[in-house]
Amino acid sequence: MRRSPESGARTAEPALEPLLVELARAGRGGGHVPDADASAVIPARFRRTVPLALPELVEQQVVRHFTHLAQLNYSVDTGFYPLGSCTMKYNPKVNDRAAALAGFADLHPLQPEADTQGALRLIWELERLLAGITGMAEISLQPAAGAHAEFTSLLMFKAFHAGRGEGARRRRIIVPNSAHGTNSSSAALCGYVVTTVPSDPRGNVDLAALRAALGDDVAGMMLTNPNTLGLFEEHLEAVMAAVHGCGGLMYGDGANMNALLGIARPGDLGFDVLHLNLHKTFSTPHGAGGPGAGPVCATPALAPYLPVPRVIRSEEGRFRLDSQRPQSVGRVRAGHGNFGVLVRAYTYIRQLGEEGLRATGEDAVLAANYLLSRLRPTFDVAFDRPCMHELVLTLAAQKSAGASALDVAKALIDEGFHPPTVYFPLSVPEAMMIEPTETEPKETLDAFADALLRIAALVRTDPAAVRAAPLSAPLARLDEVRAARNPALTWERASS
Amino acid sequence: MLAAVGVRTVDELLEVIPPHARRPSLDAPAGLSELEVAAEVVALASQDRPAGNGPFFLGAGSYRRYIPAAVPALAARSEFLTAYTPYQPEVSQGTLQAIWEYQSLIAELLAMEVANSSLYDGSTAVAEAAMLAARVTGRSRVVVSASVHPEHRAVLATYAKGPDLDVVEVADEAALLLAAPGAACLITQNPAFRGDIVDLRALAEAAHAAGALAIASVDPIACAVLEPPGACGVDVAIGDGQGLGIPLSFGGPSVGIMAVRADLVRQLPGRIVGATRDARGVRGFVNTLQTREQHIRREKATSNICTNEAVYAIHAAVYLSLLGPRGLAAVAARSALTAHRAAARLASIPGCAVTNAGPFLWEFTLRLPRAAAAVRDAVLAFGIVAGHPLTGDDPNELLVACTELTTDADIDALADALTRVLA
Ligand SMILES: Cc1ncc(COP(=O)(O)O)c(C=O)c1O
Repeated sequence: MRRSPESGARTAEPALEPLLVELARAGRGGGHVPDADASAVIPARFRRTVPLALPELVEQQVVRHFTHLAQLNYSVDTGFYPLGSCTMKYNPKVNDRAAALAGFADLHPLQPEADTQGALRLIWELERLLAGITGMAEISLQPAAGAHAEFTSLLMFKAFHAGRGEGARRRRIIVPNSAHGTNSSSAALCGYVVTTVPSDPRGNVDLAALRAALGDDVAGMMLTNPNTLGLFEEHLEAVMAAVHGCGGLMYGDGANMNALLGIARPGDLGFDVLHLNLHKTFSTPHGAGGPGAGPVCATPALAPYLPVPRVIRSEEGRFRLDSQRPQSVGRVRAGHGNFGVLVRAYTYIRQLGEEGLRATGEDAVLAANYLLSRLRPTFDVAFDRPCMHELVLTLAAQKSAGASALDVAKALIDEGFHPPTVYFPLSVPEAMMIEPTETEPKETLDAFADALLRIAALVRTDPAAVRAAPLSAPLARLDEVRAARNPALTWERASS
Repeated sequence: MLAAVGVRTVDELLEVIPPHARRPSLDAPAGLSELEVAAEVVALASQDRPAGNGPFFLGAGSYRRYIPAAVPALAARSEFLTAYTPYQPEVSQGTLQAIWEYQSLIAELLAMEVANSSLYDGSTAVAEAAMLAARVTGRSRVVVSASVHPEHRAVLATYAKGPDLDVVEVADEAALLLAAPGAACLITQNPAFRGDIVDLRALAEAAHAAGALAIASVDPIACAVLEPPGACGVDVAIGDGQGLGIPLSFGGPSVGIMAVRADLVRQLPGRIVGATRDARGVRGFVNTLQTREQHIRREKATSNICTNEAVYAIHAAVYLSLLGPRGLAAVAARSALTAHRAAARLASIPGCAVTNAGPFLWEFTLRLPRAAAAVRDAVLAFGIVAGHPLTGDDPNELLVACTELTTDADIDALADALTRVLA
């Protein structure tokens, strides 16, 4: 991916693309808005006195710069991106077009309700669709991502227990050792003490350890199901009974909901509160790291604690915002959540419909099991049983042979693929977590499996070659230690 | 594929699921073709009245601004839009350099030393800043001025229930400064929710004298013409970046800004991109200082944030590079000049007065002779969105905003409509 250097750009060091500041020249740019000077209306003591040294560029330079940068990225639209726990499915373009409609994109969050009936209706309808998909009673679409939803849900737990006079006593949250890091940190942020429980030899929560950890000081348990090993909890009913039996609540981390679409509903399985990641299951693009949206779904018993405002529909079919919920935990975000993400999810669900949703869940599970069948003869599987939507390999043997999970991941880049998630879950040594999603044809899955098998063979014969990867990416491996030891976080410090 | 897996149906893979819960009905309607779903969302969207349909004076934290054509054309390219968190830096340099440049642009604009790669929005940034201050000072009392957006204060109050912070709301800037002793931080907003320009130097002095952190939620575009937080001694600058080339979108997504003094960098929540070299000595970028983050530190992380608003940080980076210092100052100045013309014109309507106590920037409070909500609704019948009716002590106050898109014809139309409605 070499390109001719920008004429005149003075990069301080070899680089793929100059920095904006390296491209800039004083006096360039302008023309987007008419010039104006506000000195007449801003008293001198409040005016900016420090220089505003933003780079000065003409539009063509800005366009080439960001186009070049875009071309350095691997993305779902350029290739297979089996990043485990992230559900990197293809995102239909009609979703983006819907979000860009003037009636949605050019709508102010504080416009009078009479002018926002379409948007409020979309929120209301999406809540109903998600209630049907999850089997939960009521939903708030306010949280901006999964972690935000976890925090919101745990505040609801707190309020629920406080309402029964048990707030002070119930101070602990149970989190399995395979859980995502956000679970523990959300619980800590909520003031809870985290008790970690191990997995059993089949990748389930260790029931004996769970029972030993439970007590009347437990506020609840956070359970990802299917868990981050891609496995459905075999003792789900026993886990539910144990936690509920001591007065605790069950929180479902629904980041892996893609596996259950049309196959099982968390509400039917006994969860009290569940979050979804619309940016995963419901195909809103991941945006290079965000935005997302993390709906919180509650049973009737927990619904009074959902954040405000709620959208309600009157007898006449008008929609309005309701903040009169005395038991609510309060507001968790300004406005109405990440509305643009909600529009995309709504469009996606309406296009799939009941049968399409079920086919999505089934195809996601089938794709992962197909990859498992192709990889199992060669790689060690963390827990060897049918998986749901993703599979976790343990590359400890490859590591002993001279190439770690990270090395294998980098070698996949040279094979033309985005690497899977590695070193997560933390409970699996040399973990490689592969989530193919339902949107890839068999040919892609085969090509990916073939590549991994070729790399495994190379590990046996020439592990040094695997350690040298990637050779074909825009950059070779980056020095992360250098980045952390001598942080260069802005261009002020970049050349020092 | 089924044969390779060794099953005849997918159901055989699902036997682990409790039978009573298997294959539920979802109560979802039948699927639609793209053509049909496109028509359906157009029908829904047409029940809304877009902000651009007529004169528009509603701000209150979200602003209808001009978005240069190149912003979405670049920032919404699918190589950015359909990638995720840059876990594999070798194939994510586009995201990483763009975000690093966003951090640099924000640091420069706010005159702060470092910025993170984004938070959810301006409201959660207030809460994250308060929690940062509590960690740094070991104190739990958070004092916030009524200058801060009421929805942001509401979010702060909700978050405070988690780490058990003691949030004290004070009515004005004078009370804020007096409340510093024993506080973890003082939080204000500039321009204030009511549009006033706030003295951030006084904030920093009072906070520092009491060992508290000075936190300012700022409008990034206002920083082009007002003394930026870093030049006033502010420790943590936050804000919402919606104005930086991001559509209103009914309030989200946008980008939450956070920038701090260099010595607070290890307390920052969220991802941070740093520059480094690759194995061949070529400059590159990686996520760095990750030992602050949830995927490594779990319950000891500085925040639980994982997914953030990266693609909107990229929008902001493109916007700022297109406008440059002159263009950005022009956006701010044009908004301010127009607002001052509007204020003078509206204050000349019998019974109306501008009630800001001191200088304002591009938003002001107009006291009407009648309840603002009713007047707003009556003016709406003329196709004009007059502003935001305030819900404080005085129900007759309307918060009126202008941006670089507001024209003199818009002001005339609002003045005429108000005159007629109030006659
Ligand atoms: C299992 C699991 N839980 C929670 C999260 C957190 O979600 P988010 O990144 O949207 O905050 C993630 C994803 O990142 C996840 O994979």
